[in-house]
Amino acid sequence: MLILECPCCGVKAEETELSPGGEAHLKRFGPGSSDEEFEAYMFARKNPKGVHFERWRHAYGCGKWFLAARCTATLEVFGTYPAQTSEPPADIVAKIKAKRPDWKGYK
Amino acid sequence: MSTRLARGGRLIDRGAAQEFTFNGKRMKGFKGDTLAAALLANDQMLVGRSFKYHRPRGIVASGAEEPNALVNMGEGGRFEPNQRTTTTELFDGLTATSQNHWPSLEFDVGVVNNYAARFLPAGFYYKTFIHPRAAWKHLFEPIVRQSAGLGKVPKDRDADRYEQAYAFCDVLVAGGGVAGLQAALVAGRAGARVILLEQAPHWGGRAPVDGVEIDGKPAEAFVEAALAELSAMENVTLRTRCMAFGVYDHGYVLAEERVADHTPGDGRPKKRLWRIRAGRIVSATGAIERPLSFAGNDIPGVMLASAVRDYVVNWAVSPGDRTVVVTNNDDAYRTAIALKEAGLDVPAVIDARPNVTGDLPAKARALGIRIETGSAIVKVKGSKRVTGVAIGLQAGEGAAREEIACDAVAMSGGWSPVVHLWSHCGGKLVWDEAAAHFRPDAARPPITHDGSAMVIAAGAANGALPAGECLADADRAGAEAAQALGMKPKKAKAPEAAAPAEARMEPVWIMPQGAGPALRMKMWLDYQNDVKVSDVQLAAREGYTSVEHTKRYTTLGMATDQGKLSNINGLAVLADSLNAEIPQVGTTTFRPPYTPVTIGALAGESRGDIFQPLRRTPMHAWHEAQGAYFEPVGLWRRPYCYPRAGETHEQAVHREVTNTRERLGLLDASTLGKIIVKGPDAGRFLDMLYTNVMSSLPVGKCRYGLMCNEQGFLSDDGVVARIDEDTWLCHTTSGGADRIHAWMEDWLQCEWWDWKVYTANVTEQYAQVAVVGPNARKLLEKLGGMDVSREALPFMQWADGELGGFRCRVYRISFSGELSYEIAVPASEGMAFWKALNDAGAEFGAMPYGTECLHVMRAEKGFIMIGDETDGTVTPLDLCLDWAVSKKKADFLGKRGMQRTYLANPERWKLVGLETLDGSVIPDGAYAVAPGVNGNGQRNTEGRVTSTYYSPTLKRGIAMGLVRRGPERMGETVEFPKVGGGSVKARIVSPVFYDKDGEKQNV
Repeated sequence: MLILECPCCGVKAEETELSPGGEAHLKRFGPGSSDEEFEAYMFARKNPKGVHFERWRHAYGCGKWFLAARCTATLEVFGTYPAQTSEPPADIVAKIKAKRPDWKGYK
Repeated sequence: MSTRLARGGRLIDRGAAQEFTFNGKRMKGFKGDTLAAALLANDQMLVGRSFKYHRPRGIVASGAEEPNALVNMGEGGRFEPNQRTTTTELFDGLTATSQNHWPSLEFDVGVVNNYAARFLPAGFYYKTFIHPRAAWKHLFEPIVRQSAGLGKVPKDRDADRYEQAYAFCDVLVAGGGVAGLQAALVAGRAGARVILLEQAPHWGGRAPVDGVEIDGKPAEAFVEAALAELSAMENVTLRTRCMAFGVYDHGYVLAEERVADHTPGDGRPKKRLWRIRAGRIVSATGAIERPLSFAGNDIPGVMLASAVRDYVVNWAVSPGDRTVVVTNNDDAYRTAIALKEAGLDVPAVIDARPNVTGDLPAKARALGIRIETGSAIVKVKGSKRVTGVAIGLQAGEGAAREEIACDAVAMSGGWSPVVHLWSHCGGKLVWDEAAAHFRPDAARPPITHDGSAMVIAAGAANGALPAGECLADADRAGAEAAQALGMKPKKAKAPEAAAPAEARMEPVWIMPQGAGPALRMKMWLDYQNDVKVSDVQLAAREGYTSVEHTKRYTTLGMATDQGKLSNINGLAVLADSLNAEIPQVGTTTFRPPYTPVTIGALAGESRGDIFQPLRRTPMHAWHEAQGAYFEPVGLWRRPYCYPRAGETHEQAVHREVTNTRERLGLLDASTLGKIIVKGPDAGRFLDMLYTNVMSSLPVGKCRYGLMCNEQGFLSDDGVVARIDEDTWLCHTTSGGADRIHAWMEDWLQCEWWDWKVYTANVTEQYAQVAVVGPNARKLLEKLGGMDVSREALPFMQWADGELGGFRCRVYRISFSGELSYEIAVPASEGMAFWKALNDAGAEFGAMPYGTECLHVMRAEKGFIMIGDETDGTVTPLDLCLDWAVSKKKADFLGKRGMQRTYLANPERWKLVGLETLDGSVIPDGAYAVAPGVNGNGQRNTEGRVTSTYYSPTLKRGIAMGLVRRGPERMGETVEFPKVGGGSVKARIVSPVFYDKDGEKQNV
């Protein structure tokens, strides 16, 4: 069971307090988008073995969504940050690069 | 024979005799015995039958690794199958029976499988039962079912209770042997909060049995001193009978404590599940001895050398009068010495190594024990009990040079560290060539949230087998754990353990090494599942190269002991067959739990009435008092109907429908989801959420709306009311309130976070009652307080006011097609309001109605129900709800999804009404069949029923369904086969069966 720190209320929350929301930093494609764009938005997920950015909601706590950067293989957590952003914060990216020199970036 | 010795036994209290029964036979043991020890003391070596061949099985081990000695324990509500006698503590009045045999343990018919063994090789199940196809159902399956399964399923409800507890610590030490004690001491002295868990009821592990000396004193003295010091530390918690069985993410550990297993019925919980969060986990779980693979190594009386030693030293039980020891290492000589010192006969030690030089063999020689070097057991004699062994050359092919009479064999193939806790979260292993075992690779540990090592292996569990190394390693592990958490271990000299120097062991995977097929067919690897050396070799010949595949194909290591004894031997045999190195073949994956855990402990208190939380409306008690029949709706319990004396549920529903249509019905609609959406951007937000336009809804009015997911599939529906300029109240389905509220928050927080909108789920703040039927207005007028006339409060409007003194909000909306008011009052006034309506409504024929009546009435009107007409693959257009999908809006959730080409396919199944030709009711979930068959030879289908009821209003069966090109085929007939033969024909009609023009709701 993971422990993730909620960046909104500061609680180190156990997984039972959280609900998962899949991959983070997806760009929404609505009407007017091509079939390929919409398909990728709907169905294509990175599902990496390694560094991953995820959406979590502190569902049984403050109720806020937040984002987490973690390694899916080792469960190491690089950091959590508020959901109101379209890309990972620079300090977390720097931390990941230092720990995982082979990492190709979040895109 | 096996018997109790007159002296000794460090764990038993000879003053406290305990009576128990085995297969109805009365036996006697002592307090401190395990059931296995007590059985042996009563000469009960034969305790069960193997799974496949029903071969006689005796006790092999003395701990959690025991594969054979599993019994049914207890009776009635305390009956438990597959209990391991080697870890079961004896208590007065214990009852146990053996399992997996018929008619009796001594005479088992199933043993014919043994004589047919050559026809039942590895993968037998995959190779047989294929042809003829009909034979599976009528012949093979009944026989397999009859003979399958180990132990009996308990029939009665569990009489015991279980509980769960949480604990937090810096350092969790798993294992209370000398290594665990030393690690706990070091971490505890450094100030860490320590929890030390030991699976057995006593501390110290193997060291006291093996005669280890620590700092010049017997190991017992060290254990005692360590316990005294640990008990005095406030930051240390000690717990025996507690098995840390699984390590999970970020230092989460589950442990099962056997609280009252040995004192049944004393009022305490039987088991306690500990959910522990630890900063670091020290795995001091010791090691398990491996068997040797020689012909007949499964005959009762053949035991692990360490187990024989345990029984003699711990419980003063001799497994046999004459015990032959067979080994490939020095450690087994401890057993020979212990037996000799207990006054028992050791006819010979058969050592596979050509040169035997260590201190222990020297001591054995000095005691006059005969040692046969470079030798092997060629074959064990006996069937239900060992009668002797034939010995020969280990280097040979199995020619016997001598037979030695004996009634027990103590075998040792070396030791495997218990690496389970290390491996559960991904810790990697290295192959130790010298000791021929896998041990934790400190360079590749399982890691925790910050990327540091989560588990630290200590002592024998780390491959440090000799006592001296073991203690030094544990000292290091305890310090490492404390340091990792920022604590400073005190400088103290680690205790030094002295033990005789041991010479190198020699890996022996089969005995003798040149054994032919006849012998290999009798060399057991997995005792419980009857997997032999020949089976693994056959799997290799058939092309199985992966250890994981071989495990599943042969069932090696899939028994309840999960390969604790057999796995290393099995994969060594596989590696040999594949001409590969053992590390290249690798191990199977270690998964929790380490030993079987009682389901009751995992469930804890969550059973019966408190299995899950129940949600009750403010009027729940009234419904109960009326004898309502409830149905679950999400976590809610809602009245399905209110049966009267002598009425069936069906009759009650029909009465409720007719009464509501003709007079007056009252529905507790409090469970309906109510979400307030408020703010300057609320209208814009709702326009994105709903498929139709909500921003244009005038204050005071209501509008029905649909919500879709991004794929364009229906997710929820309900009536939205505009409360004021920037406030809307969204009704959701009963089960959908929390989900839809979360959905709204998701979009507001993660996508449109700059929009000024607030949401609040106020579902439980209001009680809501639907007042339905031709007399609805009369009732409200009688209560009085506000104008509810057609002119003042027309259909699809709402108004705040007072009725009969209750502050309320009245919505004129209808899910039944009748004149209908849904009235919300503060939850605290719900019961009083409900009673007032019932009392005042009596003269108008008011009756409460339940959810089934609601369903029938909405189906008569052709109203869809989320979850009936929808299943996550249905769009609003499939349900002919085009009118509720905006064409003007540039965007809303699901708009792009609905534009996908396949959703525009005219062949899609669409909503229609279905009217049976004979008036009967179509079975729920029935499919309409079309001509021809599909690629699998199944009938083609062209539609399915989504709602089907008997309509008491129309006095016939009505249904809604999705049918291919349905709306274009009005008047056509489709056919629905019934389960068990026959079919129902139905005409495609409009889904609105009743009051097609909607005049009744509009009066």
